[in-house]
Amino acid sequence: MTDMLLTHYNYWVVMVLMMIGFYIVIAQGNLVKKLVGLNIFQTSVFILYISAGKVSGGSAPILDDAISVYSNPLPHVLILTAIVVGIATTALGLALIIRLREAYGSAEEKDIQEQNQC
Amino acid sequence: MTMTTELLISLTILTPVLAVPGILLFGNKQNLREAVSLIAAAVLTWLSLNLFQQLQAGTVLAAQWWELLPGLTIAFHIEPLGMMFALIASSLWFVTVVYAIGYMRGHNEQNQTRFYAYFAVAIAAVMGVALAENLFTLFVFYEVLSLCTYPLVTHAGTDKAKHGGRVYLGILLSTSIAFFLPAMIITWMQSGTLSFTPGGVFADGTSVVLLSVLLLLFAFGVGKAALMPFHRWLPSAMVAPTPVSALLHAVAVVKAGVFTVLKVVVFIFGIDAVQSLPVTQWLIYLACASILLASLVAMRQDNIKARLAYSTISQLGYITLGAFLASANGVLGSALHIAMHAAGKITLFFCAGAIYVAAHKTLVSELDGLGRKMPYTFAAFTIAALSIIGLPPTGGTWSKWTLMLGAVDSDQLFVLAVLALSSLLNIVYLLELPARAFLRSAPASESDHHHGGEAPWPSLLALCVTALSCIVLFFTAGPIMQFLQGISLT
Amino acid sequence: MLSHLPILQVILPLLAAPSCLILGRPALAWGFSFATSAAAMLISMLLLQQVWLEGPISYFLGGWEAPWGIEYRIDLLNAFLLLIVSSLSTVVLAGTRQSVAAEVEANRQTLFYVSWLLCLAGLLGILATGDAFNVFVFLEVSSLSTYTLISLGRDRKALWASYQYLIVGTIGATFILIGIGLMYMMTGTLNMQDLAQRLPVVADTRTVFAAYAFVIVGVCLKLALFPLHLWLPNAYAYAPSAVTAFLAATATKVAVYLLIRFSFTVFGADFSAMDIPLHQLFIALGLIAVFSASLVAILQIDIKRAIAYSSVAQIGYMIIGLGLGTAAGLQATLLHLFNHALMKGALFMSLAAVALRMGSTRLDDLAGLSQRMPLTAMAFVLGGLSLIGVPLTVGFISKWYLVIATLEMGMWPVAALILVGSLLAVMYIWRVVEVMYFRDPPASTQVSEAPVSVLLPLWLLVIANIYFGIDTALPVSVTADAAQALLGWGK
Repeated sequence: MTDMLLTHYNYWVVMVLMMIGFYIVIAQGNLVKKLVGLNIFQTSVFILYISAGKVSGGSAPILDDAISVYSNPLPHVLILTAIVVGIATTALGLALIIRLREAYGSAEEKDIQEQNQC
Repeated sequence: MTMTTELLISLTILTPVLAVPGILLFGNKQNLREAVSLIAAAVLTWLSLNLFQQLQAGTVLAAQWWELLPGLTIAFHIEPLGMMFALIASSLWFVTVVYAIGYMRGHNEQNQTRFYAYFAVAIAAVMGVALAENLFTLFVFYEVLSLCTYPLVTHAGTDKAKHGGRVYLGILLSTSIAFFLPAMIITWMQSGTLSFTPGGVFADGTSVVLLSVLLLLFAFGVGKAALMPFHRWLPSAMVAPTPVSALLHAVAVVKAGVFTVLKVVVFIFGIDAVQSLPVTQWLIYLACASILLASLVAMRQDNIKARLAYSTISQLGYITLGAFLASANGVLGSALHIAMHAAGKITLFFCAGAIYVAAHKTLVSELDGLGRKMPYTFAAFTIAALSIIGLPPTGGTWSKWTLMLGAVDSDQLFVLAVLALSSLLNIVYLLELPARAFLRSAPASESDHHHGGEAPWPSLLALCVTALSCIVLFFTAGPIMQFLQGISLT
Repeated sequence: MLSHLPILQVILPLLAAPSCLILGRPALAWGFSFATSAAAMLISMLLLQQVWLEGPISYFLGGWEAPWGIEYRIDLLNAFLLLIVSSLSTVVLAGTRQSVAAEVEANRQTLFYVSWLLCLAGLLGILATGDAFNVFVFLEVSSLSTYTLISLGRDRKALWASYQYLIVGTIGATFILIGIGLMYMMTGTLNMQDLAQRLPVVADTRTVFAAYAFVIVGVCLKLALFPLHLWLPNAYAYAPSAVTAFLAATATKVAVYLLIRFSFTVFGADFSAMDIPLHQLFIALGLIAVFSASLVAILQIDIKRAIAYSSVAQIGYMIIGLGLGTAAGLQATLLHLFNHALMKGALFMSLAAVALRMGSTRLDDLAGLSQRMPLTAMAFVLGGLSLIGVPLTVGFISKWYLVIATLEMGMWPVAALILVGSLLAVMYIWRVVEVMYFRDPPASTQVSEAPVSVLLPLWLLVIANIYFGIDTALPVSVTADAAQALLGWGK
């Protein structure tokens, strides 16, 4: 049991982070905080990819005659793309929050819902 | 003049549609607009007669338009039953247009252009139903008919008309989608064809339970046949202008319903199969109940059109009953009754409309003494009523007679009692109108209010023609029956 | 040139988007976007023809062969969807100029078209690619531009709808990303065909199972499958009318495509039919979607919103077909994809015309529309009839195939419920028809028929609704072959 905890510790980190992020998205009423939660949620997935690409004892994937074991570079490349996507999402989300705040005078979900009702 | 049969058939269905642009074009010139309708109706009648001659000569008349899905075609094939229906619809369209000219103008109806346009489309749909080669084609035109008569029912645009339209479309669409469509799909999956085939399409040994369920689905799915308990749309549709009620809800639409039932019984199931199904007996009971209950309800209606509507439900029960009797005479009686009832009921509705236009009366209880002002109208009413009741010298005699023979053939003797009782009820609720009009004297208070007299002459002409036809049908029933015996039952 | 069609299909709108920004003036931007979209439509037609005649096309990006490089793979299924998306985009775009001018602020109109092209590029990319990670990237391209498009709506509620969609959409996309990551860990490949070959070996592991679950839930979020549909009605109701027409006709279709692609191609039909009763779940959720969404649609005051709920219901029908798991069911789903795009396109376009002239799509404001905008009203009625499934319209064809597919499986109650569900469509369409035709228009305002530039594409869609309801050869044969190919893949 402890063995499983220790050898797969990266997955545990991922899972804990993911749940923290998810919880914030659901539970927080402030729009910015929701977005931060979303970021944590996404970051956990980035870690999942990155840690999966690590090969024990492997070096950075730069060709060198002295090294025979390399980490897998592909997940890292993939996740670079995903990070860019994440930044774009955050930027768009923040822009929306600014517009929402201009339109509703608040960045709290509760206030906006109330104003939408009437 | 030579025309390929395909073209002839296509033209028969398309002629009314082709008239629509003309009707719309002359929207502001009443006379030209109605002329277009009349010409189209005349051409249509001529085309139908042409088809009739060719059918008599033994030509195979078939046409195919499109293959919608593999094996499912929009196609037409002409056989005696459909031919007769097409002839009735086309010739009565002509008469109805004549009548409508008098009625709609006499009544200053709004949106007359729209009225004539949708009317023409409805007739086209009826022709499609009549000449369909397969159940799928029939279904398509059946639905088109429901939809294009909706604007006619709601013509007045009032809340009452709206409500009537809602009930009308609601019942007709939901029965067809919920029962008719699945029944058709199951038939298609079971037998691989939807073509009308003498003797039916199902292979021997098809499960009785399945066939029973299918027959029930068809019987209720064809809402236009107004079999109780799906009859409510018909009284609701009476908010429509009278020419609509006369042609569509006494002839075209309801007849499309019973015609479908008849077609399904004869050409999808085959009468032998229907006769052997246990559920048929119950359907016969239901049809009998429909006949009697509708008559009883009709007696309690004071509104003339409502009374006629329930009378129609009752009479449609005869035709459905004949179909479910599933004997040669039963089918023949049904087919005959389609014609006889059409002539009779359209006359009754024409009269009701004439009374409304000329005297502004809609209730039976207001008719006292009106016979002296409108003698022709009430004479026509009496003749038509006799035909509905089934007394000589009117056409209705023969269809009832044949139906009774059919009942005897199928050993359903209680049906005789039902038919006799229904005739008595018919006498009570139909002849009450001319009796009041001729025998009672008008209430003193309004003796001079309406100096009108008869309805406008086109309307009067139309109703006299149809009344006369009831009598003519009595004498020409022989050839008609001979023609209808050409329906291949097996 | 012809051999590069697969990449051109995607790259053309993708490159056109920034170019559009340079043009600056909204009118120019519109013309440019329309031309681009039309070119994309042309390409998709050529692709479909090519696939139809010669079989699937594999295109290797930069000449790097699969599974190392990124492969674009066009088979009958996605060629068909590429055509749907690009042609609907073109037709809708043709009619949007005035609608956008009326609904979007002047300084944002150029950006509107830029987002549109990006969204189109994203959707086409999802369809064209044969690489699982590429799917995620294009999904985000289309999603981000969709959020932007929605937020351009006039009502401030559009912002809120857009934000909500952003949160839900990002979660969905991230789920898909997790699923793809897990698959990669198990197989070491991202190429879909390669995955399809390698996954069966490790199919019994919990990781693959989890991967499948993540992908399905993620896609279902984008798909707005009940009960994950809550973002959709707001997003559709408050987005600019043209955007609603575009999204309703294309975006959900692409999500359904993803579900089909992952379920049948990547994981294989055998895997999808595994121990958990996913198929039954799909059928149940589909039915619930049909009924709950239709009932809610009947109660809506805003017709745009009602039709948006109707979309949720229609997605239910597609999922039912999918849940049947047979070739016939799959074909019904694919047919409905196409047919639903046509009818929703027509309905939302007619509502766009109404919004343009009346400034609102509330039921009360539609009173007497038949007198003021007869052609628009008639188009709505015909689109509605198609939605109900009246014969001679495309809706009837979908229903016919779906009912046959359920009956073939012996699922009578499902078939009955499908038909009853379509009666609900009668109710929410007919209450609009009654108001449009039987209530008198308010006397105060003068309103004229929509401009020709709107009516033309609108009626093109309406006629397509009828034409493909009569001449069904193209969609029926394409979907039949596509369904066969999907099910034959794993065997």
